[in-house]
Amino acid sequence: MNEVIIAGVGMTRWGKWNDLTSVDLGVEAARKALADSGLEWRNIQLLVSGESRFAGTNGFLMGNVLAKELGWSGIPALNIYNACSSGTYAVRIAQMHVAAGMCDAVLCVGYDKSPIGFFSPPYDRSWDYTDLDTQRLRLLGLTNPTIFALHAMRRRELYGTTDTDLAKVKVKSSKHGVLNPYARYQREFTMEEIVNSPMVCSPLRLYEIAATSDGAAAVVICSQKLAKTLTSKPIILAGISCTTPSYPENEPALMWLSSDSTYSRPIPEVNQQQTAALLAYEESGIGPEDLSLAEVYDLSANLELDWYEYIGLCAPGEAEELLSEGATSLGGRIPVNPSGGVSAFGESVPAQSLAQMCELVWQLRGEAGARQVEGAKTALAINMGLMGNISCAILKR
Amino acid sequence: MTDNKKGAKQIPTVEGWFTWPPSEEPHLIGSKCMSCGDYFFPKTIRCRNPYCMKDAAVKDLPFSRRAKLWSFTTNYFKPPIPFKSADPFKPFGVAIVEFTEERIKIQGIVASGYDTERLRIGQEMEVVLEKLHDDINGNEVITWKFKPVTIG
Repeated sequence: MNEVIIAGVGMTRWGKWNDLTSVDLGVEAARKALADSGLEWRNIQLLVSGESRFAGTNGFLMGNVLAKELGWSGIPALNIYNACSSGTYAVRIAQMHVAAGMCDAVLCVGYDKSPIGFFSPPYDRSWDYTDLDTQRLRLLGLTNPTIFALHAMRRRELYGTTDTDLAKVKVKSSKHGVLNPYARYQREFTMEEIVNSPMVCSPLRLYEIAATSDGAAAVVICSQKLAKTLTSKPIILAGISCTTPSYPENEPALMWLSSDSTYSRPIPEVNQQQTAALLAYEESGIGPEDLSLAEVYDLSANLELDWYEYIGLCAPGEAEELLSEGATSLGGRIPVNPSGGVSAFGESVPAQSLAQMCELVWQLRGEAGARQVEGAKTALAINMGLMGNISCAILKR
Repeated sequence: MTDNKKGAKQIPTVEGWFTWPPSEEPHLIGSKCMSCGDYFFPKTIRCRNPYCMKDAAVKDLPFSRRAKLWSFTTNYFKPPIPFKSADPFKPFGVAIVEFTEERIKIQGIVASGYDTERLRIGQEMEVVLEKLHDDINGNEVITWKFKPVTIG
Protein backbone atom coordinates (compact mmCIF):
# COMPACT_ATOMS: atom_id res chain seq x y z
CA MET A 1 0.00 0.00 0.00
CA ASN A 2 1.37 3.38 -0.98
CA GLU A 3 -0.98 5.33 1.27
CA VAL A 4 0.84 7.73 3.53
CA ILE A 5 -0.61 10.17 6.03
CA ILE A 6 -0.63 13.94 6.10
CA ALA A 7 -0.07 14.54 9.77
CA GLY A 8 0.23 18.31 9.84
CA VAL A 9 -0.13 21.44 7.75
CA GLY A 10 0.67 25.09 8.23
CA MET A 11 0.93 28.29 6.26
CA THR A 12 1.48 32.01 6.60
CA ARG A 13 -1.00 34.53 5.39
CA TRP A 14 -0.18 35.53 1.80
CA GLY A 15 0.62 39.18 1.12
CA LYS A 16 3.56 41.55 0.69
CA TRP A 17 5.47 41.40 3.97
CA ASN A 18 8.16 44.05 3.90
CA ASP A 19 9.19 43.43 7.51
CA LEU A 20 9.65 39.70 7.09
CA THR A 21 12.46 37.92 5.29
CA SER A 22 11.91 34.98 3.04
CA VAL A 23 13.13 32.45 5.61
CA ASP A 24 10.99 34.09 8.34
CA LEU A 25 8.00 32.98 6.29
CA GLY A 26 9.47 29.51 5.78
CA VAL A 27 10.12 29.04 9.48
CA GLU A 28 6.61 30.18 10.37
CA ALA A 29 4.98 27.69 8.01
CA ALA A 30 7.32 24.85 9.00
CA ARG A 31 6.80 25.35 12.72
CA LYS A 32 3.04 25.61 12.30
CA ALA A 33 2.95 22.35 10.36
CA LEU A 34 5.15 20.61 12.89
CA ALA A 35 3.04 21.84 15.80
CA ASP A 36 -0.07 20.73 13.95
CA SER A 37 1.39 17.26 13.51
CA GLY A 38 2.57 16.85 17.07
CA LEU A 39 6.10 16.11 15.82
CA GLU A 40 9.27 17.99 16.70
CA TRP A 41 11.67 19.32 14.05
CA ARG A 42 14.24 16.79 15.36
CA ASN A 43 11.78 13.94 14.57
CA ILE A 44 11.82 14.86 10.87
CA GLN A 45 14.02 12.54 8.82
CA LEU A 46 13.91 14.31 5.46
CA LEU A 47 13.29 17.88 4.40
CA VAL A 48 12.07 18.59 0.87
CA SER A 49 11.90 22.24 -0.08
CA GLY A 50 10.78 24.02 -3.21
CA GLU A 51 13.25 26.45 -4.74
CA SER A 52 12.77 29.97 -6.01
CA ARG A 53 14.08 31.89 -9.00
CA PHE A 54 13.68 35.15 -7.12
CA ALA A 55 15.85 34.49 -4.07
CA GLY A 56 19.36 34.78 -5.51
CA THR A 57 21.82 32.10 -4.43
CA ASN A 58 19.63 31.23 -1.42
CA GLY A 59 16.96 30.31 -3.93
CA PHE A 60 18.86 27.22 -5.08
CA LEU A 61 19.22 25.85 -1.56
CA MET A 62 16.13 27.01 0.25
CA GLY A 63 15.88 23.70 2.14
CA ASN A 64 19.38 24.16 3.53
CA VAL A 65 18.70 27.79 4.42
CA LEU A 66 15.55 26.73 6.26
CA ALA A 67 17.24 23.76 7.98
CA LYS A 68 19.90 26.05 9.40
CA GLU A 69 17.25 28.44 10.73
CA LEU A 70 15.29 25.62 12.32
CA GLY A 71 18.58 24.26 13.65
CA TRP A 72 20.85 21.78 11.89
CA SER A 73 19.66 18.24 12.47
CA GLY A 74 21.85 16.31 10.06
CA ILE A 75 19.02 15.14 7.81
CA PRO A 76 19.06 15.38 4.02
CA ALA A 77 17.73 18.68 2.69
CA LEU A 78 16.40 18.11 -0.82
CA ASN A 79 15.95 21.26 -2.86
CA ILE A 80 13.69 20.84 -5.85
CA TYR A 81 12.19 23.05 -8.51
CA ASN A 82 9.24 22.14 -10.71
CA ALA A 83 7.90 25.67 -10.99
CA CYS A 84 4.36 26.02 -9.62
CA SER A 85 4.13 22.24 -9.12
CA SER A 86 7.13 22.12 -6.78
CA GLY A 87 5.03 21.56 -3.65
CA THR A 88 3.19 18.54 -5.05
CA TYR A 89 6.47 17.12 -6.36
CA ALA A 90 7.87 17.54 -2.83
CA VAL A 91 4.94 15.58 -1.42
CA ARG A 92 5.48 12.91 -4.09
CA ILE A 93 9.11 12.54 -3.00
CA ALA A 94 8.01 12.37 0.64
CA GLN A 95 5.41 9.75 -0.21
CA MET A 96 7.95 7.58 -1.98
CA HIS A 97 10.38 7.69 0.94
CA VAL A 98 7.70 6.88 3.49
CA ALA A 99 5.91 4.23 1.42
CA ALA A 100 9.25 2.50 0.80
CA GLY A 101 9.86 2.37 4.51
CA MET A 102 12.93 4.60 4.38
CA CYS A 103 11.45 7.40 6.45
CA ASP A 104 8.65 7.80 8.96
CA ALA A 105 8.38 11.58 8.91
CA VAL A 106 9.10 14.08 6.12
CA LEU A 107 8.63 17.84 6.09
CA CYS A 108 7.69 19.43 2.73
CA VAL A 109 7.93 23.18 2.51
CA GLY A 110 7.81 26.04 0.04
CA TYR A 111 8.38 29.71 0.76
CA ASP A 112 9.08 32.80 -1.30
CA LYS A 113 8.89 36.56 -1.56
CA SER A 114 7.77 37.34 -5.08
CA PRO A 115 8.82 40.36 -7.10
CA ILE A 116 6.07 42.80 -8.04
CA GLY A 117 4.61 42.66 -11.54
CA PHE A 118 5.39 40.19 -14.31
CA PHE A 119 7.57 37.25 -13.33
CA SER A 120 10.83 37.80 -15.19
CA PRO A 121 14.16 36.00 -15.17
CA PRO A 122 16.45 37.02 -12.31
CA TYR A 123 19.29 37.84 -14.69
CA ASP A 124 19.62 38.99 -18.27
CA ARG A 125 20.80 36.13 -20.45
CA SER A 126 19.70 37.80 -23.64
CA TRP A 127 23.01 36.90 -25.29
CA ASP A 128 22.05 33.23 -25.02
CA TYR A 129 19.35 32.21 -27.48
CA THR A 130 19.11 28.70 -26.08
CA ASP A 131 17.76 30.27 -22.86
CA LEU A 132 14.00 29.82 -22.95
CA ASP A 133 13.26 33.05 -21.11
CA THR A 134 15.35 34.87 -23.70
CA GLN A 135 13.41 33.13 -26.45
CA ARG A 136 9.97 33.83 -25.11
CA LEU A 137 10.55 37.30 -23.63
CA ARG A 138 13.19 38.83 -25.92
CA LEU A 139 11.85 37.40 -29.16
CA LEU A 140 8.13 37.36 -28.43
CA GLY A 141 7.25 39.41 -25.37
CA LEU A 142 5.43 36.29 -24.22
CA THR A 143 4.74 36.97 -20.55
CA ASN A 144 2.83 34.47 -18.41
CA PRO A 145 -0.41 36.49 -18.75
CA THR A 146 0.16 36.51 -22.52
CA ILE A 147 0.02 32.74 -22.66
CA PHE A 148 -3.01 32.63 -20.32
CA ALA A 149 -4.72 35.06 -22.69
CA LEU A 150 -3.85 32.94 -25.74
CA HIS A 151 -5.70 30.09 -24.03
CA ALA A 152 -8.58 32.38 -23.11
CA MET A 153 -8.97 33.33 -26.77
CA ARG A 154 -9.10 29.64 -27.70
CA ARG A 155 -11.82 29.10 -25.11
CA ARG A 156 -13.77 32.01 -26.50
CA GLU A 157 -13.44 30.57 -30.01
CA LEU A 158 -14.37 27.02 -29.06
CA TYR A 159 -17.06 27.63 -26.45
CA GLY A 160 -18.08 31.28 -26.70
CA THR A 161 -16.69 32.25 -23.28
CA THR A 162 -17.77 35.84 -22.64
CA ASP A 163 -16.18 38.65 -20.65
CA THR A 164 -18.97 38.13 -18.13
CA ASP A 165 -18.08 34.47 -17.77
CA LEU A 166 -14.48 35.38 -16.99
CA ALA A 167 -15.51 38.02 -14.48
CA LYS A 168 -17.86 35.55 -12.77
CA VAL A 169 -14.90 33.33 -11.93
CA LYS A 170 -13.24 36.21 -10.08
CA VAL A 171 -16.48 37.11 -8.33
CA LYS A 172 -16.76 33.56 -7.01
CA SER A 173 -13.10 33.32 -6.00
CA SER A 174 -13.33 36.57 -4.10
CA LYS A 175 -16.47 35.44 -2.26
CA HIS A 176 -14.47 32.48 -0.99
CA GLY A 177 -11.34 34.53 -0.28
CA VAL A 178 -13.31 36.76 2.07
CA LEU A 179 -13.78 33.74 4.31
CA ASN A 180 -10.11 32.71 4.36
CA PRO A 181 -7.84 34.33 6.96
CA TYR A 182 -4.80 33.20 4.96
CA ALA A 183 -5.85 34.79 1.67
CA ARG A 184 -4.12 38.00 0.63
CA TYR A 185 -7.30 39.50 -0.80
CA GLN A 186 -10.09 39.17 1.70
CA ARG A 187 -12.75 41.24 0.00
CA GLU A 188 -15.44 40.64 -2.55
CA PHE A 189 -14.76 41.98 -6.02
CA THR A 190 -17.80 43.20 -7.92
CA MET A 191 -18.60 42.39 -11.52
CA GLU A 192 -18.40 46.09 -12.33
CA GLU A 193 -14.92 46.67 -10.99
CA ILE A 194 -13.61 43.49 -12.62
CA VAL A 195 -14.82 44.34 -16.12
CA ASN A 196 -13.54 47.88 -15.69
CA SER A 197 -10.08 46.86 -14.51
CA PRO A 198 -7.31 47.52 -17.06
CA MET A 199 -6.98 45.09 -19.96
CA VAL A 200 -3.63 43.33 -19.58
CA CYS A 201 -3.62 40.80 -22.45
CA SER A 202 -6.93 40.58 -24.25
CA PRO A 203 -9.37 39.25 -23.20
CA LEU A 204 -7.92 39.12 -19.67
CA ARG A 205 -8.26 42.07 -17.36
CA LEU A 206 -6.11 42.82 -14.33
CA TYR A 207 -8.44 41.29 -11.75
CA GLU A 208 -8.80 38.14 -13.82
CA ILE A 209 -5.10 37.37 -13.55
CA ALA A 210 -3.47 36.16 -10.33
CA ALA A 211 -1.01 38.55 -8.72
CA THR A 212 2.37 37.60 -7.23
CA SER A 213 2.77 37.35 -3.45
CA ASP A 214 4.94 36.45 -0.49
CA GLY A 215 3.85 33.27 1.23
CA ALA A 216 4.94 29.99 2.80
CA ALA A 217 3.28 26.64 3.37
CA ALA A 218 4.37 23.33 4.81
CA VAL A 219 3.06 19.78 5.06
CA VAL A 220 4.24 16.92 7.30
CA ILE A 221 3.98 13.48 5.68
CA CYS A 222 4.30 10.42 7.88
CA SER A 223 3.83 6.67 7.87
CA GLN A 224 0.61 5.02 8.95
CA LYS A 225 2.55 3.47 11.84
CA LEU A 226 3.75 6.83 13.15
CA ALA A 227 0.38 8.48 12.50
CA LYS A 228 -1.24 6.10 14.98
CA THR A 229 0.88 7.58 17.80
CA LEU A 230 0.05 11.20 16.94
CA THR A 231 -3.02 13.01 18.13
CA SER A 232 -3.83 14.89 14.91
CA LYS A 233 -6.64 13.81 12.61
CA PRO A 234 -4.88 11.68 9.97
CA ILE A 235 -5.65 12.56 6.40
CA ILE A 236 -4.67 9.99 3.78
CA LEU A 237 -2.80 10.77 0.57
CA ALA A 238 -4.87 8.50 -1.63
CA GLY A 239 -3.35 9.29 -5.01
CA ILE A 240 -0.70 11.54 -6.52
CA SER A 241 0.74 12.11 -9.99
CA CYS A 242 3.56 14.12 -11.51
CA THR A 243 3.72 14.43 -15.29
CA THR A 244 5.43 15.91 -18.30
CA PRO A 245 3.73 16.17 -21.70
CA SER A 246 3.47 13.16 -24.01
CA TYR A 247 4.71 13.37 -27.61
CA PRO A 248 3.45 15.06 -29.65
CA GLU A 249 2.40 18.03 -27.54
CA ASN A 250 0.63 20.10 -30.16
CA GLU A 251 0.10 23.24 -28.11
CA PRO A 252 3.20 25.30 -27.38
CA ALA A 253 3.93 24.67 -23.71
CA LEU A 254 5.18 27.70 -21.82
CA MET A 255 8.04 28.45 -22.54
CA TRP A 256 8.80 26.94 -25.93
CA LEU A 257 8.35 28.87 -29.18
CA SER A 258 6.94 25.91 -30.98
CA SER A 259 4.78 22.88 -30.39
CA ASP A 260 5.66 19.38 -31.49
CA SER A 261 4.60 18.31 -34.99
CA THR A 262 1.76 15.85 -35.45
CA TYR A 263 3.10 14.72 -38.81
CA SER A 264 4.02 11.20 -37.71
CA ARG A 265 1.72 10.68 -34.71
CA PRO A 266 -1.63 12.11 -33.62
CA ILE A 267 -1.89 13.94 -30.32
CA PRO A 268 -2.68 11.65 -27.38
CA GLU A 269 -6.40 11.14 -26.77
CA VAL A 270 -6.15 12.76 -23.37
CA ASN A 271 -4.04 15.83 -22.75
CA GLN A 272 -1.47 16.25 -20.01
CA GLN A 273 -3.90 17.94 -17.60
CA GLN A 274 -6.41 15.13 -17.97
CA THR A 275 -3.65 12.56 -17.64
CA ALA A 276 -2.47 14.02 -14.34
CA ALA A 277 -5.99 13.86 -12.94
CA LEU A 278 -6.66 10.37 -14.33
CA LEU A 279 -3.49 8.94 -12.81
CA ALA A 280 -4.46 10.28 -9.39
CA TYR A 281 -8.05 9.02 -9.80
CA GLU A 282 -6.75 5.58 -10.75
CA GLU A 283 -4.31 5.33 -7.86
CA SER A 284 -6.89 6.52 -5.33
CA GLY A 285 -9.88 4.59 -6.64
CA ILE A 286 -11.78 7.89 -6.39
CA GLY A 287 -13.53 9.46 -9.38
CA PRO A 288 -14.58 13.04 -10.13
CA GLU A 289 -18.14 12.21 -9.10
CA ASP A 290 -16.84 11.23 -5.63
CA LEU A 291 -15.06 14.52 -4.94
CA SER A 292 -16.30 16.76 -2.15
CA LEU A 293 -14.20 19.70 -3.37
CA ALA A 294 -11.25 20.62 -5.56
CA GLU A 295 -8.45 23.18 -5.61
CA VAL A 296 -7.34 24.00 -9.14
CA TYR A 297 -4.56 26.28 -10.35
CA ASP A 298 -6.42 29.41 -11.38
CA LEU A 299 -3.57 31.58 -12.64
CA SER A 300 -6.27 33.32 -14.67
CA ALA A 301 -10.06 33.12 -14.81
CA ASN A 302 -10.22 31.10 -18.03
CA LEU A 303 -7.83 28.48 -16.67
CA GLU A 304 -10.21 27.70 -13.82
CA LEU A 305 -12.92 26.94 -16.41
CA ASP A 306 -10.50 24.72 -18.33
CA TRP A 307 -9.67 22.82 -15.14
CA TYR A 308 -13.33 21.95 -14.43
CA GLU A 309 -13.32 20.06 -17.71
CA TYR A 310 -9.85 18.55 -17.42
CA ILE A 311 -10.59 17.00 -14.01
CA GLY A 312 -13.89 15.64 -15.30
CA LEU A 313 -16.44 17.76 -13.43
CA CYS A 314 -18.22 18.44 -16.71
CA ALA A 315 -17.88 17.95 -20.45
CA PRO A 316 -15.77 20.29 -22.61
CA GLY A 317 -17.56 23.58 -23.10
CA GLU A 318 -19.82 23.20 -20.07
CA ALA A 319 -17.62 24.87 -17.45
CA GLU A 320 -19.28 28.27 -17.85
CA GLU A 321 -22.65 26.68 -17.13
CA LEU A 322 -21.31 24.79 -14.12
CA LEU A 323 -20.01 28.06 -12.71
CA SER A 324 -23.15 30.05 -13.48
CA GLU A 325 -25.46 27.57 -11.82
CA GLY A 326 -23.39 27.85 -8.63
CA ALA A 327 -22.20 24.24 -8.64
CA THR A 328 -18.60 25.25 -7.93
CA SER A 329 -19.38 27.85 -5.28
CA LEU A 330 -19.46 27.09 -1.59
CA GLY A 331 -22.85 25.54 -0.98
CA GLY A 332 -22.87 24.07 -4.48
CA ARG A 333 -22.47 20.41 -5.26
CA ILE A 334 -18.72 20.53 -6.05
CA PRO A 335 -17.04 23.64 -4.61
CA VAL A 336 -13.88 24.56 -6.51
CA ASN A 337 -11.25 26.71 -4.82
CA PRO A 338 -13.07 27.11 -1.51
CA SER A 339 -9.81 28.73 -0.36
CA GLY A 340 -10.29 31.55 -2.86
CA GLY A 341 -7.73 30.01 -5.19
CA VAL A 342 -4.56 31.59 -6.53
CA SER A 343 -6.88 34.48 -7.39
CA ALA A 344 -7.40 35.39 -3.74
CA PHE A 345 -3.80 34.64 -2.78
CA GLY A 346 -1.54 35.76 -5.58
CA GLU A 347 1.22 33.35 -6.42
CA SER A 348 4.15 32.33 -4.27
CA VAL A 349 5.55 29.76 -6.67
CA PRO A 350 7.20 27.13 -4.45
CA ALA A 351 4.51 27.42 -1.78
CA GLN A 352 1.36 27.54 -3.84
CA SER A 353 0.68 23.85 -4.39
CA LEU A 354 1.37 23.20 -0.70
CA ALA A 355 -1.17 25.92 0.12
CA GLN A 356 -3.66 23.91 -1.95
CA MET A 357 -2.87 20.88 0.17
CA CYS A 358 -3.32 22.83 3.43
CA GLU A 359 -6.81 23.78 2.30
CA LEU A 360 -7.69 20.19 1.40
CA VAL A 361 -6.56 18.98 4.82
CA TRP A 362 -8.48 21.65 6.74
CA GLN A 363 -11.60 20.90 4.73
CA LEU A 364 -11.34 17.15 5.28
CA ARG A 365 -10.80 17.63 9.01
CA GLY A 366 -13.77 19.98 9.32
CA GLU A 367 -11.46 22.84 10.32
CA ALA A 368 -12.16 25.23 7.45
CA GLY A 369 -14.37 27.55 9.49
CA ALA A 370 -16.68 29.81 7.52
CA ARG A 371 -15.66 28.20 4.22
CA GLN A 372 -16.24 24.61 5.38
CA VAL A 373 -17.61 22.27 2.74
CA GLU A 374 -20.15 20.17 4.64
CA GLY A 375 -19.20 16.57 5.15
CA ALA A 376 -16.04 16.81 3.04
CA LYS A 377 -14.63 13.31 2.53
CA THR A 378 -12.41 13.47 -0.56
CA ALA A 379 -10.57 16.35 -2.17
CA LEU A 380 -8.38 16.96 -5.22
CA ALA A 381 -5.67 19.51 -5.88
CA ILE A 382 -4.19 20.02 -9.34
CA ASN A 383 -1.58 22.51 -10.52
CA MET A 384 0.53 23.41 -13.49
CA GLY A 385 4.03 24.82 -13.70
CA LEU A 386 5.90 26.17 -16.68
CA MET A 387 8.07 23.97 -18.83
CA GLY A 388 5.70 21.03 -18.77
CA ASN A 389 4.91 20.35 -15.11
CA ILE A 390 1.45 19.19 -14.10
CA SER A 391 0.77 17.37 -10.84
CA CYS A 392 -2.32 16.22 -9.00
CA ALA A 393 -3.04 14.93 -5.51
CA ILE A 394 -6.15 13.35 -4.04
CA LEU A 395 -6.71 13.26 -0.30
CA LYS A 396 -9.34 11.45 1.76
CA ARG A 397 -10.25 11.00 5.39
CA MET B 1 6.95 50.79 -40.19
CA THR B 2 10.68 50.35 -39.66
CA ASP B 3 12.83 53.44 -39.85
CA ASN B 4 15.79 52.78 -42.08
CA LYS B 5 18.45 55.04 -40.70
CA LYS B 6 21.12 55.85 -43.24
CA GLY B 7 23.97 53.41 -42.82
CA ALA B 8 22.23 51.29 -40.17
CA LYS B 9 22.87 47.58 -40.55
CA GLN B 10 20.16 44.98 -40.30
CA ILE B 11 21.01 41.94 -38.22
CA PRO B 12 18.88 38.90 -37.40
CA THR B 13 17.81 38.18 -33.83
CA VAL B 14 19.08 34.64 -34.27
CA GLU B 15 21.14 33.55 -37.24
CA GLY B 16 19.80 30.58 -39.12
CA TRP B 17 16.27 30.60 -37.73
CA PHE B 18 14.89 32.35 -40.84
CA THR B 19 16.02 33.12 -44.37
CA TRP B 20 18.52 35.94 -44.64
CA PRO B 21 19.04 38.61 -45.93
CA PRO B 22 15.50 40.00 -45.60
CA SER B 23 13.35 39.53 -48.69
CA GLU B 24 9.73 39.86 -49.74
CA GLU B 25 9.20 36.14 -49.19
CA PRO B 26 10.99 35.07 -46.03
CA HIS B 27 10.69 31.60 -44.53
CA LEU B 28 11.25 30.28 -41.06
CA ILE B 29 13.99 27.67 -41.14
CA GLY B 30 13.33 24.55 -39.12
CA SER B 31 14.24 20.91 -39.36
CA LYS B 32 12.57 17.74 -40.55
CA CYS B 33 13.40 14.19 -39.62
CA MET B 34 13.48 12.33 -42.91
CA SER B 35 12.80 9.09 -41.08
CA CYS B 36 9.57 9.81 -39.14
CA GLY B 37 8.69 13.00 -41.05
CA ASP B 38 8.21 15.25 -38.01
CA TYR B 39 9.17 18.93 -38.15
CA PHE B 40 10.95 20.93 -35.46
CA PHE B 41 11.44 24.64 -34.79
CA PRO B 42 13.85 26.20 -34.20
CA LYS B 43 16.17 24.02 -36.29
CA THR B 44 17.76 21.22 -34.37
CA ILE B 45 20.36 18.47 -34.66
CA ARG B 46 18.19 15.79 -33.15
CA CYS B 47 14.89 14.07 -33.72
CA ARG B 48 12.82 14.84 -30.63
CA ASN B 49 10.25 12.18 -31.43
CA PRO B 50 10.95 9.57 -28.76
CA TYR B 51 9.50 6.92 -31.08
CA CYS B 52 12.13 7.70 -33.72
CA MET B 53 15.23 9.52 -32.41
CA LYS B 54 17.18 9.05 -35.68
CA ASP B 55 19.31 12.17 -35.35
CA ALA B 56 21.25 11.41 -38.53
CA ALA B 57 18.01 11.74 -40.52
CA VAL B 58 17.37 15.33 -39.41
CA LYS B 59 17.80 18.01 -42.09
CA ASP B 60 17.25 21.78 -42.03
CA LEU B 61 14.69 23.20 -44.42
CA PRO B 62 12.52 26.26 -44.94
CA PHE B 63 8.98 26.03 -43.57
CA SER B 64 5.87 27.10 -45.46
CA ARG B 65 5.24 30.82 -45.92
CA ARG B 66 1.67 30.70 -44.75
CA ALA B 67 -0.11 29.37 -41.69
CA LYS B 68 -3.52 29.54 -40.03
CA LEU B 69 -4.10 31.72 -37.00
CA TRP B 70 -4.70 29.40 -34.03
CA SER B 71 -4.83 32.03 -31.30
CA PHE B 72 -3.83 35.61 -30.66
CA THR B 73 -3.85 38.27 -27.99
CA THR B 74 -2.71 41.85 -27.53
CA ASN B 75 -0.16 42.82 -24.89
CA TYR B 76 -1.24 46.13 -23.37
CA PHE B 77 1.63 46.29 -20.90
CA LYS B 78 5.31 46.26 -21.69
CA PRO B 79 6.79 42.83 -21.00
CA PRO B 80 9.70 42.65 -18.54
CA ILE B 81 13.37 42.37 -19.56
CA PRO B 82 14.83 40.91 -21.56
CA PHE B 83 12.03 42.15 -23.80
CA LYS B 84 13.06 45.20 -25.74
CA SER B 85 10.89 47.34 -27.98
CA ALA B 86 10.54 50.82 -29.33
CA ASP B 87 10.03 53.62 -26.83
CA PRO B 88 7.36 54.66 -26.04
CA PHE B 89 5.74 51.27 -25.69
CA LYS B 90 2.83 50.52 -28.01
CA PRO B 91 0.52 47.53 -27.49
CA PHE B 92 1.32 44.69 -29.83
CA GLY B 93 -0.18 41.36 -30.83
CA VAL B 94 1.22 37.91 -30.15
CA ALA B 95 -0.01 35.00 -32.22
CA ILE B 96 0.17 31.25 -32.38
CA VAL B 97 -0.12 30.05 -35.96
CA GLU B 98 -0.46 26.52 -37.27
CA PHE B 99 1.56 25.50 -40.29
CA THR B 100 -0.63 23.06 -42.18
CA GLU B 101 2.04 21.14 -44.05
CA GLU B 102 4.37 20.86 -41.08
CA ARG B 103 1.52 20.33 -38.56
CA ILE B 104 3.29 22.46 -36.04
CA LYS B 105 2.23 25.53 -34.06
CA ILE B 106 4.69 28.39 -33.75
CA GLN B 107 4.49 31.62 -31.78
CA GLY B 108 5.39 35.06 -33.04
CA ILE B 109 4.66 38.73 -32.72
CA VAL B 110 2.00 40.15 -35.03
CA ALA B 111 3.48 42.50 -37.61
CA SER B 112 2.92 46.18 -36.86
CA GLY B 113 0.24 48.23 -38.53
CA TYR B 114 -2.63 45.80 -37.98
CA ASP B 115 -5.52 46.14 -35.55
CA THR B 116 -4.78 43.06 -33.49
CA GLU B 117 -8.18 43.09 -31.80
CA ARG B 118 -9.77 42.42 -35.18
CA LEU B 119 -7.90 39.26 -36.02
CA ARG B 120 -9.96 36.10 -36.43
CA ILE B 121 -8.92 32.61 -35.43
CA GLY B 122 -8.61 30.54 -38.59
CA GLN B 123 -7.54 33.37 -40.85
CA GLU B 124 -4.48 33.03 -43.03
CA MET B 125 -1.24 34.53 -41.83
CA GLU B 126 2.12 34.95 -43.51
CA VAL B 127 5.71 35.05 -42.28
CA VAL B 128 7.41 38.44 -42.53
CA LEU B 129 10.66 39.87 -41.25
CA GLU B 130 10.44 43.08 -39.31
CA LYS B 131 12.45 45.14 -36.86
CA LEU B 132 12.19 44.00 -33.27
CA HIS B 133 14.34 46.74 -31.78
CA ASP B 134 17.52 48.73 -32.32
CA ASP B 135 20.70 47.51 -30.71
CA ILE B 136 23.17 49.74 -28.85
CA ASN B 137 25.11 50.33 -32.05
CA GLY B 138 22.03 51.60 -33.85
CA ASN B 139 21.63 48.45 -35.95
CA GLU B 140 18.15 47.18 -36.64
CA VAL B 141 17.60 43.82 -35.05
CA ILE B 142 15.23 41.87 -37.30
CA THR B 143 12.99 38.95 -36.37
CA TRP B 144 10.12 36.92 -37.78
CA LYS B 145 6.56 38.07 -37.29
CA PHE B 146 3.20 37.05 -38.68
CA LYS B 147 0.99 39.30 -40.75
CA PRO B 148 -2.60 38.75 -41.86
CA VAL B 149 -2.91 37.84 -45.52
CA THR B 150 -5.26 40.36 -47.08
CA ILE B 151 -7.74 38.97 -49.53
CA GLY B 152 -8.05 40.53 -52.97
